[in-house]
Amino acid sequence: MGQAIVVTSGKGGVGKTTTTANLGTALAMAGSKVVLMDADIGLRNLDVVMGLENRIVYDLVDVVEGYCRLKQALIKDKRFESLYLLPAAQTKDKTAVSPDQMKALVEELAKEFDFVIIDSPAGIEQGFKNAIAGAEKAVIVTTPEVSAVRDADRIIGLLEAAQMAPPMLIINRIRPKMVKQGDMMDISDMIDILAIDLLGVVPDDESIVVSTNRGEPAVLSPSSKAGEAYRNIARRLQGEDVPLMSLDSDDGFFSKLKRIMGLGAK
Amino acid sequence: MINRVFGRDSGSSKDIAKERLRLVLVHDRANVSPQFLEMLKNELIRVISEYMEIDDAAMDVNLTSAENSVALVASIPVRRMKRSVSARQ
Repeated sequence: MGQAIVVTSGKGGVGKTTTTANLGTALAMAGSKVVLMDADIGLRNLDVVMGLENRIVYDLVDVVEGYCRLKQALIKDKRFESLYLLPAAQTKDKTAVSPDQMKALVEELAKEFDFVIIDSPAGIEQGFKNAIAGAEKAVIVTTPEVSAVRDADRIIGLLEAAQMAPPMLIINRIRPKMVKQGDMMDISDMIDILAIDLLGVVPDDESIVVSTNRGEPAVLSPSSKAGEAYRNIARRLQGEDVPLMSLDSDDGFFSKLKRIMGLGAK
Repeated sequence: MINRVFGRDSGSSKDIAKERLRLVLVHDRANVSPQFLEMLKNELIRVISEYMEIDDAAMDVNLTSAENSVALVASIPVRRMKRSVSARQ
């Protein structure tokens, strides 16, 4: 039986779909058999972030309603043999599926795959309930903003009420320079407030925009800092003990100057 | 200090964020479930009953919130004190 992990956040726009796509791709790169499930019915996006939007024939709702078999709806990734996507329906709404149906679907997928990664919609309504229904673990994505952390706290409470295992936290879009200046909450601030385990920290990175434009997850680009962070997180999910990567910003004028002058050994 | 010279420093905004978040979460978490106060109340009854006899039907436990603080206010009528608290241990 594989692990079913839901990626959720409460607040929209903090990077759930990007996180799902990158973790899934990194897990597949590292040899796991992975299926990504887009649970955002009516607003599907995981397909475009993965660059697989042209291959969709059937979707999750078609499977649930019995229009096709599960295998027929699974889309194979272009890059990795062991990576699949189960797309959300675009024309239906969240009430087209019930939590019980989602649970059955996830259980079926977990028989075949090492990891079932479920991309949850924003919010705390039916779509969220569907997304967590079959998951045994939850990863919460937040950004260093008051609104995102507040929503993360609410989600943690709801997961607790649903009697799920304590969730793990991914802090996304950290800007080390702003943290250093005291203008952004740092990792320990957020861990303190939310009181859950940290799974990883992803720096704010322009390469994410480029990779989303292209439909190529950032983990595929060796030079992307965010990609590196996601690869590390994937290894942690596979049970490896990987230290947090250094987020020291070395893009300031003086460190550039120092580097040019050969003094950059920090 | 350089920041101050250039007029950019108005106290670190991260601390403002943390403090606002702390307060908003006290309110949020207190509102999350109606069972929360009930659980707390039952726990209180269990602990206090080891020391004194209380009237749990008349007991009242509530969170009250002012502008920037939250307090737990409990009114617990005591019927009788137990004599042998220290002997128990």
